[in-house]
Amino acid sequence: MPVERVDPDLVEFDLRSDEMLVNMGPQHPSTHGVLRLVLRTDGEVVGDLKPNIGYLHRCAEKIGENLSPRQFTPYTDRLDYLASMNMNLGWSLAVEKLLGFVPSPRLNHLRVLVCELNRIASHLVAAGCYGLDLGSFTPFVWCFREREKILLLFEELCGARLTYSYITPGGVTTDLSKGWLARCETFLREFEPVIDELHATLTSNAIFIRRTANIGVLSPQMAVDYGCTGPVLRGSGIDWDLRRDGEPVYTRMYEGYQFEVIAQVNGKYPHDCPYPAVPTEAVLGDCWHRFYVRMLEVVQSMKLIRQALEKLGKNTEVLAEPIKLRQKLTAGSAYLETEAPKGQMGFMVVSDGTPVPWRVRIRSSSFCNLSVAAELCRGCLIADVPAVIGSLDIVLGEIDR
Amino acid sequence: MAQTLINWLKEIYGFHWIADQAWVVYLLWGLVQVALILALVMTCVAVYTWMERKISGRIQDRLGPTRVGGRFGWLQPAADGLKLLCKEDIVPAGADGFLFRAAPYLNFCAAFVPYLALPFAPGWVVQPLDSAVFFILAIGGLEVFGVILAGYASGSKWSLYGAMREAAQVVSFEIPLGMCIVVPVLMAGTMNLTNIAQQQQGWCTNWNIINPFALATFFIYMVCATAGTNRAPFDLPEAESELVAGFMTEYSGFRWAMFFMGEYCAMFLLALLGAILFCGGWNGPVPIATWLIHGATLLGAPADSLWLVFIGNFLGMCNLIVKGVLGVIFMMWLRWTLPRLRIDQVMTTCLKYCVPLASIMLVGTMASIFILRGGRLPHAVEAEKTPPKQDRQTERDGRGGSDFNSREGAC
Repeated sequence: MPVERVDPDLVEFDLRSDEMLVNMGPQHPSTHGVLRLVLRTDGEVVGDLKPNIGYLHRCAEKIGENLSPRQFTPYTDRLDYLASMNMNLGWSLAVEKLLGFVPSPRLNHLRVLVCELNRIASHLVAAGCYGLDLGSFTPFVWCFREREKILLLFEELCGARLTYSYITPGGVTTDLSKGWLARCETFLREFEPVIDELHATLTSNAIFIRRTANIGVLSPQMAVDYGCTGPVLRGSGIDWDLRRDGEPVYTRMYEGYQFEVIAQVNGKYPHDCPYPAVPTEAVLGDCWHRFYVRMLEVVQSMKLIRQALEKLGKNTEVLAEPIKLRQKLTAGSAYLETEAPKGQMGFMVVSDGTPVPWRVRIRSSSFCNLSVAAELCRGCLIADVPAVIGSLDIVLGEIDR
Repeated sequence: MAQTLINWLKEIYGFHWIADQAWVVYLLWGLVQVALILALVMTCVAVYTWMERKISGRIQDRLGPTRVGGRFGWLQPAADGLKLLCKEDIVPAGADGFLFRAAPYLNFCAAFVPYLALPFAPGWVVQPLDSAVFFILAIGGLEVFGVILAGYASGSKWSLYGAMREAAQVVSFEIPLGMCIVVPVLMAGTMNLTNIAQQQQGWCTNWNIINPFALATFFIYMVCATAGTNRAPFDLPEAESELVAGFMTEYSGFRWAMFFMGEYCAMFLLALLGAILFCGGWNGPVPIATWLIHGATLLGAPADSLWLVFIGNFLGMCNLIVKGVLGVIFMMWLRWTLPRLRIDQVMTTCLKYCVPLASIMLVGTMASIFILRGGRLPHAVEAEKTPPKQDRQTERDGRGGSDFNSREGAC
């Protein structure tokens, strides 16, 4: 049996006597949930890595075939539970695409606002946990402190801290409460200096750079080949963001908004903010760049939120009710990908004209992003495995569905 | 001291028989001493666990413990200890039972035994050793055995990884650590910690750290001490995000607590050792204790009064402990600020930076000693400079140079 690229499931029987098979997970502090990695190691060097998934499988797609779209919304919360708003949005837009529904301007602004807020929350978890993966505790707590403020805003908005079910096909469940916009503004003001602190403790920290620069280099070609999306793709220098390049059903939500897509093009990041320069050790597509892209995206999201706040402040429109709970769907199928914090989240809904979809299919961004892990970790050290997995920022709820 | 005790017991009616059995007295006295040191060190460790949580809390914008024992959570260490004692004590099925059980105690002993040679004030030491520095380094180095045994005996792959990392890391860092310790030893011309500290008597300008070589060495020493005690950013043997908990993965309850206490013991030990070697030991930056005693003698108290010596020593001990605590706080501060290095980077730090720098400092110190005092010991130079004055001083207050020099000559 050839040792090269052997099925890692069989690695156990194909182990050299000086090699060791190690199970990282499903109960392991840095696999970000119930992910199991099988490592074939030679001392500290990882020869092969095989992700084993499925511990969190909850038949989300099958459930979608037994419930009407509005009833299915709470299940989308549980996909990427760190960015439920974006999951709700992806599902709602896919259903709306099938129905041919056109959202009102206020609805669009509201959706931009909560989705970008949730993107910040998700990226904060990513940044904080990444620090934790590398052994730095403090930024983790700082990130969660800021995220808590976002969660409080959401709690006030829809009553839930994580599983919002706020955006739903045809609308949102409730309009903003009085004074919410001002509180959101306060949050942004308080949050701005924290970004600099995170840059100081992580991005430009010498040890952080040594741990992440030139580790797990994902070439642009490989990123495209494996279907990587989101910050993982942009970290490899590919200028692609569905908020700008997606289908009109999605991009019209962002009409009238100014923002930049964060990717290093021609050796330059499109920002003029005084953020730490790229260290000389960093190679495009390595862990450091993936982390950096997230940190800069947070700033772009803040920019978007400020614009949404301004637009919502002027808008006095009364929101319409979402679609009825058992509204009949148009026969046919619709597939739409949206830019969730972790990558492109695709929802497919096929209907035969009844209120309950005939088929629901979900394309998970983390699933594709995780698929490069084996390539990136080949030949690295054990300590680099959490560094690489953390930089991919996966959520198992979304992978296993 | 034991001999004094024997003489004293001989005079007491009814205890004569104990005094005849000298070994009983020595044993009892030894136990008393160990109990005293254990009480001191364990109190410090308990305070450190509380302090670590408080400091990390403050750094992370949290409060830390606030519930047990009032507003500041003073009793948190007691609650933690009680909880750990009540925990189920698990020995994994695949473990080597005896070694698994022995490892934590070996680890703790290796961290604790060096305290027996560590002076807390002039004369306040369990066993005055002329080779105290050597003893502490040698026994402290045994700590690695506990960890390796724990990793090997656990029967877990993560533990094994932790143990191998510990072996590689601690053994490597002992080389620059030893070199750093040799620098003040060379400057003092003795390995006796009491003498090293007493040579730094007076204002803080007498401290070894004033010497530029010693200052640089002190920083290398702190880096090596952090690495030698497995503290972040060098906490690879127990790297929780990679190795779950490294060599401690399979431990629970009291055995885990032994590892925990061992770590804090070792931290405190190295901080105290650093304070004695570089930062004047029990001598404060301003010689207040000396002034106080001098003032008391002027007021008519006899210079050799036990109370005066006790007060002076007690103040000195407080001084030393404050310095040790500052060193530990420095290590805690690092831990809650920095990410962890990778194993190859840890080895690079040691072999590429710490060892050459420590060697340069060692050679530099040797050269400076040779140039400044022609290779003679510091007290010899001192004696040449002011022989008549010193004699007079000694006559007057019974303290100072000559008594110290005679002891110096013995080693």
